[in-house]
Amino acid sequence: MPEVPRKLPELEPLTAFFWTSGADGVLRIQRCGACGRWQHPPQPRCHVCHSEDVAPAPVSGRGTVKTFTINRQAWTPALQEPFVFAAIELAEQPELYVLSNVSGPVEAVHSGMPVQVFFERREDVWLPLFSAEASDA
Amino acid sequence: MPDLPERNVRITGIGQSQVGRPSPKSPLQLTMDAALEAIADAGLRLSDIDGIVNYPVKSSEGGGISPVSAGETMTALGLQCNWLASGSHEGPGHMAAIFEAILAISAGLCRHVLVFRSVAQAQARLSSRESTLLAGSRSRVDGNNAWTVPFNALSPANLWALFAQAYFDKYGYGPEQLGWVAVNGRCNAALNPNAIYRDPITIDDYLTARMISTPLRLYDCDTHIDGSTALIVSAADAARDCRNPPIHIEAIGLTLGGLGYGIHRGDFTCIEAERAGAMLWSRTDLKPRDVDVMQIYDGFSIHTVLWTEALQLVGKGEALAFFDGGERIALTGELPMNTGGGQLSAGRFHGYGHTYEACIQLWGRGGARQVSDAKVSAVCNGGYGYGALLLRTD
Ligand SMILES: [Zn+2]
Repeated sequence: MPEVPRKLPELEPLTAFFWTSGADGVLRIQRCGACGRWQHPPQPRCHVCHSEDVAPAPVSGRGTVKTFTINRQAWTPALQEPFVFAAIELAEQPELYVLSNVSGPVEAVHSGMPVQVFFERREDVWLPLFSAEASDA
Repeated sequence: MPDLPERNVRITGIGQSQVGRPSPKSPLQLTMDAALEAIADAGLRLSDIDGIVNYPVKSSEGGGISPVSAGETMTALGLQCNWLASGSHEGPGHMAAIFEAILAISAGLCRHVLVFRSVAQAQARLSSRESTLLAGSRSRVDGNNAWTVPFNALSPANLWALFAQAYFDKYGYGPEQLGWVAVNGRCNAALNPNAIYRDPITIDDYLTARMISTPLRLYDCDTHIDGSTALIVSAADAARDCRNPPIHIEAIGLTLGGLGYGIHRGDFTCIEAERAGAMLWSRTDLKPRDVDVMQIYDGFSIHTVLWTEALQLVGKGEALAFFDGGERIALTGELPMNTGGGQLSAGRFHGYGHTYEACIQLWGRGGARQVSDAKVSAVCNGGYGYGALLLRTD
């Protein structure tokens, strides 16, 4: 199957860490050193306590599908296959959302579904994508 | 109530070009059609217009989203304005031009302002069908769009679908209820000669139409057109000389914020527009129950759900129960919605169709789609910048 076409993100000063974090297989999210809160997208200061002491910190990469959509419209000729676009609520904090795709059969995706991150490398970007969390059983 | 700038002005005239998909006329011609109609409707001469503002600033990009500037319109009409501006995206969305006109008149800079909004998105699609988000020469995406485009969320439909799904999951509703937004709009558009889609649809037509991005189907999405809408906003004392009984802007509300722009708050079942609703009602003694007719932004059907709740016209989680079956939002219902068809069926006049239609109703010009005894109308626009108006008759 041909590779899914993607327009890649620019690596900007504030966000480059997020797009390259997967190089060592770990997702990182900005965290405040003063109050401990996580925030995404990254900001120059903590959006709650306004401390400048914010830095990327590793997260578990686990979360749940907060809400999702199965795209059926081919917005470009190459984009024929249905795919899932979702808001993932990371396990670390309520309402800590990352927008991404959920891989696997589109019909299996539902709100509340546990997922975990994996990375798809394109050029100098490691896109954080998600799939159903492997069951422990 | 302190001195509110919106109380210093009145709406005195409206105009709208013929809708096209595509239009044989240029965007500037369409703009002049709407402007001349609005000026004549107010009973004014061109020499009376001393201010002009449009939304948003002219752009050659964006697929025809704003093809005409305030300056070239002023020149083309031979106006001599004391004040000229364009409303910014970074504000109350589409309402920015109206709000700026209010402020300019309140500041004494001008007395009769031509406000317009022109779009040429149908013409633009003749030359490129590429998603606006992919357009341009840059090979990579930056800014806020970097959070969505790499994941192939190439349409706002994908983002608003997230809200629709979350709303369905939380409150237990589905397409059988949401579909009435589209059915209602089409019913009303059938009675609007300038609507782009006028053939009625049934709830079955809605449910069997093709899926765009679950749970949003074809008729949940508005449609691009070419066209222009103009309003004349006048100083309250100057409005007395105009032809129409002036329409009062009882209150305004605005805010900004949305998915992909900064940190997302909430569970995807409400929008930041709640703050616009709170601001609106804090500026008037009128209450939500006083609203006779509502013109609710419907770039996507789900906007009407989120906006009617944000404006407190229905309770939280109650919008789809209110819309279900279509009776309560019909022309003869307790709170008629999008009486000209909204953007879903009348076409994407991009917010200004809603304010135009509110004036049509308050002036009793709706003909077959006239709501009886319409004296107060709520109007709202936007899915990122949010603006709301409460309009009333003289
Ligand atoms: Zn903090």
